[in-house]
Amino acid sequence: MNRCSYDVVIVGSGAGGGTVAQQLSSLCRQGARIAVLEKGPRLRDEEFTGGELEMAPALYEESGGFLTAERTMTLAFGCAYGGSTAVYTGTSLLPPERVLQRWKVPGLAFADVERRARKFMAENNVQFVEDRFINDNNRLFRQGCEKLNYRVQQFPVNLRGCRGSSLCNLGCPNQAKQGTDRVQLPRAERNGVEVITRCEVLGIGEKKVRARVSAKPGGGKGEPSPWQPGDYEIGARIIVVCAGAVNTPALLLRSGLGRQLPRLGHGFTCHPAIIMVGEHDRPITNFVGHPKSFYLDQFAESDRYLLEVCMYFPFITAKAMAGFGAGHSSFMRAFPRLQMILVLACDDVGPHNRVTIDQHGRPVVHYRFTPEVVRALVQGAVTSARIFFAAGAARAHMPVARSLTIEARDTAQLDDIEQHPDFRPGKVPVSAAHLQGGCAMGRGREDSVTDSYGRVHGIPWLYVADSSLFPASLEINPYLTIMALADRAAEAIRQQS
Amino acid sequence: MAAGNNVQPSRDAETALAAVRGIFRAFVTTIVPEAASLDAKGWHELEGLVNDMLRDRPASLQRQLRLLLRAVEWLPVLRFGRPFTALDAAQRTRVLSYLQNHRLQLIRTGFWGLRTLAFAGYYGRAEAAREIGYAANRRGWEAVR
Repeated sequence: MNRCSYDVVIVGSGAGGGTVAQQLSSLCRQGARIAVLEKGPRLRDEEFTGGELEMAPALYEESGGFLTAERTMTLAFGCAYGGSTAVYTGTSLLPPERVLQRWKVPGLAFADVERRARKFMAENNVQFVEDRFINDNNRLFRQGCEKLNYRVQQFPVNLRGCRGSSLCNLGCPNQAKQGTDRVQLPRAERNGVEVITRCEVLGIGEKKVRARVSAKPGGGKGEPSPWQPGDYEIGARIIVVCAGAVNTPALLLRSGLGRQLPRLGHGFTCHPAIIMVGEHDRPITNFVGHPKSFYLDQFAESDRYLLEVCMYFPFITAKAMAGFGAGHSSFMRAFPRLQMILVLACDDVGPHNRVTIDQHGRPVVHYRFTPEVVRALVQGAVTSARIFFAAGAARAHMPVARSLTIEARDTAQLDDIEQHPDFRPGKVPVSAAHLQGGCAMGRGREDSVTDSYGRVHGIPWLYVADSSLFPASLEINPYLTIMALADRAAEAIRQQS
Repeated sequence: MAAGNNVQPSRDAETALAAVRGIFRAFVTTIVPEAASLDAKGWHELEGLVNDMLRDRPASLQRQLRLLLRAVEWLPVLRFGRPFTALDAAQRTRVLSYLQNHRLQLIRTGFWGLRTLAFAGYYGRAEAAREIGYAANRRGWEAVR
């Protein structure tokens, strides 16, 4: 067992961990020792090739195919230097005020979160993609929404020098996306923070963590860890867990904190999503240009769903469509003519949906689709089809209908599909990438795991700073909110230090 | 440079699928009919990608997948009097539709898992991306203008 000690140990390097690392890094000048322990690898710039099956194992936990216990939904989350900020599309939205008010976290004011989020919008170069660089896939969404009088909005995204590779979800090959891997972590390292990659934290004890550093696998991508492979015991005055909404609750549970924190692992939400595909008669630009420029949230309150433009790669697209055989193939063979929309359900906290651990301490995510989620996904699918047809699509793939294809001339059938959907878990491909909850902020142990600064109840040296803090679904893309909450945690730690 | 997969298929394509290769190929050609025209090199690449995906998965999962494929093979005997690999394309499609729409979620999710592997193997190949016209490029707009 190797032993060492730091003043602050941060577990995870994504939107939360990267932000905490940067915000605390000024303490290094005063002699503090800070380490970020990241389970995934750090890739060299030239290793971001955009190859689908090549990048997924290098950047995602379980190659992006982490299955829920029911095996009815896959969860995608990053496992690399920068965490999920290495693989998101850079969408940077302020949290909705209505949602933060509904959270009712004592001490958490919308104005404070907004102020901090805006700071990171400036720091990470958040902007709108210029109209001349918006591709047809996005234009057609906007056009369809406008024809239907929907209030379409443009995503602010954190870019610098985007060339429009469309490969954001496989790690930007041009280093244009300004995630924590490009902004916060490099700054933190320049200030003296150490980032230890390929370092998995196995457990947390009284002011210490147990971790295992792995060797770089033969043929794998990324740099070797700066530490020798082996087991480590790392002392720390402060430990900040930022391993995401699956791994943070799991780590605290396998560290034996479940008994004193009865809400640990509870309250998991994830914006379950289905991918809709519409086919046009002519080629459109879809796999070139930023993939996600527009969204529609006007139904988030009333019908509990969001629509976002999306564009995926051949395997993910094939997997995301229901069915098989000739009908499925005909959509795939129309790839340059495909328009895509992501339907996300704004799911509520439920008693079944939670993170636990198995006998080996590995995370297990339990998730059942409630009738409300199914209704939201079905309505979102129907609205997407209307947008496709309003934009001129010839037909659409309908994963929630008995017949998986609907032609433009048959739009009258959409009402019937909405009334009588065919949504069978395991048949309809559902995935999620906005994983939230499990270590909710709140009043005390009876209703939550931490206070509004991410301080774990009753354990003054232990903090959480990631999306697991959300007491309920954020109802929009979460990264800026995670960064704002991580900034609050860092502020509390600085005061404590 | 186009963004294609540069995954080298496993040299040891004899691992997870070896015992059920014939059934797997019949399954894949029902899921993706175009797979019927793959040559030996194409199949080697497809199966190598699938084996690579399975390599780091628990042995129990690999056993379950083989078990499922054997179930796919022998289940049709009850209905058609012949195993899956001896059926024509229309009959195979009916068998897989039955599994996809099965009333038991366990069966549906098992089928979904096999279907995912078939898609990964087929559409994970650079050749498949070319065939369907997918040509994302790290140079983005520069590459198309």
